[in-house]
Amino acid sequence: MSAREAILQRARRALADVPAGDPVTDVPVVRPAPGPAPEGAAVVDLFAERVADYRAVVERADTGGAAALVAGALAARTPLAGDGRLRILVPPGFPDGLVPGDVDVVTDGPEVTVAELDRCDGVLSTAAVGIAETGTIVLDHGPGQGRRAATLVPDLHVCVVRSDQVVPGVPDAVALLDPARPHTWISGPSATSDIELDRVEGVHGPRTLHVVLLTPH
Amino acid sequence: MSGTFLGTPAFPTAARTALEDSQLRRNLAHATGTIRAKRAGVVSEVDDWEQLRLAGEAIKDRVLRHLPDYLEQLERSLVAAGATVHWARDAAEANRIVVDVAQRHGTDEVVKVKSMATQEIELNEALAAAGIHAWETDLAELIVQLGDDLPSHILVPAIHRNRAEIREIFLREMGRAGRAAPDDLTDEPARLAAAARTHLREKFLRAKVAVSGANFAVAETGTLTVVESEGNGRMCLTLPEVLVSVVGIEKVLPTFQDLDVMLQLLPRSSTGERMNPYTSTWTGVTPGDGPQEVHVVLLDNGRTDVLADPTGRQALRCIRCSACLNVCPVYERTGGHAYGSVYPGPIGAILTPQLRGVGTDAQTDSLPYASSLCGACFEVCPVRIDIPEVLVHLRGEVVRAHQRASRVPSVQDMAMKAASWTLSSAARTGAAEKVAGLGGRLAGRLGRTAPGGRAVLGALPGPASPWADSRDVPVPAAESFRSWWERTDGGRSRSDNTDGGRSDGPADPAPGAEGGR
Ligand code: SF4
Repeated sequence: MSAREAILQRARRALADVPAGDPVTDVPVVRPAPGPAPEGAAVVDLFAERVADYRAVVERADTGGAAALVAGALAARTPLAGDGRLRILVPPGFPDGLVPGDVDVVTDGPEVTVAELDRCDGVLSTAAVGIAETGTIVLDHGPGQGRRAATLVPDLHVCVVRSDQVVPGVPDAVALLDPARPHTWISGPSATSDIELDRVEGVHGPRTLHVVLLTPH
Repeated sequence: MSGTFLGTPAFPTAARTALEDSQLRRNLAHATGTIRAKRAGVVSEVDDWEQLRLAGEAIKDRVLRHLPDYLEQLERSLVAAGATVHWARDAAEANRIVVDVAQRHGTDEVVKVKSMATQEIELNEALAAAGIHAWETDLAELIVQLGDDLPSHILVPAIHRNRAEIREIFLREMGRAGRAAPDDLTDEPARLAAAARTHLREKFLRAKVAVSGANFAVAETGTLTVVESEGNGRMCLTLPEVLVSVVGIEKVLPTFQDLDVMLQLLPRSSTGERMNPYTSTWTGVTPGDGPQEVHVVLLDNGRTDVLADPTGRQALRCIRCSACLNVCPVYERTGGHAYGSVYPGPIGAILTPQLRGVGTDAQTDSLPYASSLCGACFEVCPVRIDIPEVLVHLRGEVVRAHQRASRVPSVQDMAMKAASWTLSSAARTGAAEKVAGLGGRLAGRLGRTAPGGRAVLGALPGPASPWADSRDVPVPAAESFRSWWERTDGGRSRSDNTDGGRSDGPADPAPGAEGGR
């Protein structure tokens, strides 16, 4: 007997006490009714506050000021390479107007090797959803967000989130996401508490997460 | 190569050894106390936490009661999404599948995301036997692996190590496994984490094959999920060409939507955060992004035996948050190694005997007695596993198994006299420590030294003999566990008369009596 058949058979036998029935309705799942969620501007305020709780940088701008904030997020970095210019990974679909002029742009794509990702000083991306309650940014790796590795390997991640992408809670986010796509949920920069429970930011993921929260006019 | 739990002495012996380790107890008290407080804070932010727990319980029960249907659905979804599905009856079968994949790709190393399932099947040892290095990439697991040690907590496996020890391990061992630690390494946590970052980065960037577990596997869509903090998970899940995920068959969720309940319950219960830093989901293969060859090994290894026990079945709801460890007065005093299993604490005390089967070895049979049945574990469990109920049930199973084998006294003596009697009272524990002396730092290295190695110091004081069989019968509590806990801060408050003060706490509140919030 194949392992598959054996396991399924054992599981069926183990469940002899369960009456045959519709698996979907056998145990009803009652979720909590949505509580009084903040709305409108309050959702965005809560998102900004909760992202900052993870010691990420959060700055807010209207469409006009966003480019300056993105440039500012990069300005303090010291380039890894000695020639003085930052190498910044930019996924296709990221708004051109937000890419500073004085950096070397590496366009993300399957042909960019891991070693090349490792030579980038930072990455710019957009996001799919922001979750206010938990201060989480969800990437679905669509246009503007890059492959999963793009926002992982470089040490600085500058993420532009539109305020109309922010939802109150986790269930709202899950409802919006397409399960067929890969997702990365990011709540603050990489962190560990493994050494005497001291929180240290940055182990393997980007050590700095810089969120630019954009309120369109 | 890390040690294994095989050969760990029975819980009472191991616990007595651990109790002598004052550093271990300090680390544990600090860790569990800190996480407990953080958890309470973020749980109280959720409007209807109890309803959320009920939803978590219902989702997992729905899966378990119809597991074969959901497994078949999961397999179909995974295959449709481009993944290869394997089934493994036991550890040997699962290990062979992973070794085969690595060998087919001609690699002599794999990078690993921390995973309880792969620890359970001792995958690293199996890979080593085939000449393949398995690199643990979670910081704590790296510390455990380099220190040739055993994990002691589900969530913070190296909690028994302090920063000076970690520095020593890094300086001594990193160079042997790859990039050496810098000579001027200090014991500052940020510096230690940076050394780990550099050491592991070279492995991430060159690895061809990665091995992970999964926190959840969605039957409807074939979506797998890994919840983590450091980004080592993301590194393993996305950089290598090939990904093999070993997934216990109980990890299934019916629908993608069910992730919303689990992603609210897990981080708050586990690290006491509103959300963990990184959660990755992937559904088979995504062209041009991440591994282009994706394998999923569906692992039984005793789980269908657990399923066959209608009372014990609920242990399979466990989402490995570790909240029950952090509230357990027994765990807090003994640490994880005493349980002799990758699953320590209250959940280990019910899961391990069921996975291994009772009546086969003394170590396993002692675990259902490693509890004072105070009920705190049920109260914090995000999927409402009634651990005390299962413990009592399993004690019966142990006794029945030994009656069949006519070895009743051995179990009764071993488990009841030593573990329950000593550990159910800090006053007695304190006395035991005084008599035993403040011996060595044995517990952290138990797996290597204690079995057959150094003798255990001292003897238990007091009348460790007349331990009534009625111990299992719940005694009405003079004070509720919760009120005792709040009054004494879990037994650490000075305002209590005795050192640690558990002696005037409840003897044995009825299992589950404290349930509900
Ligand atoms: S038994 Fe419950 S509390 Fe314990 S680890 Fe599992 S889910 Fe968490």
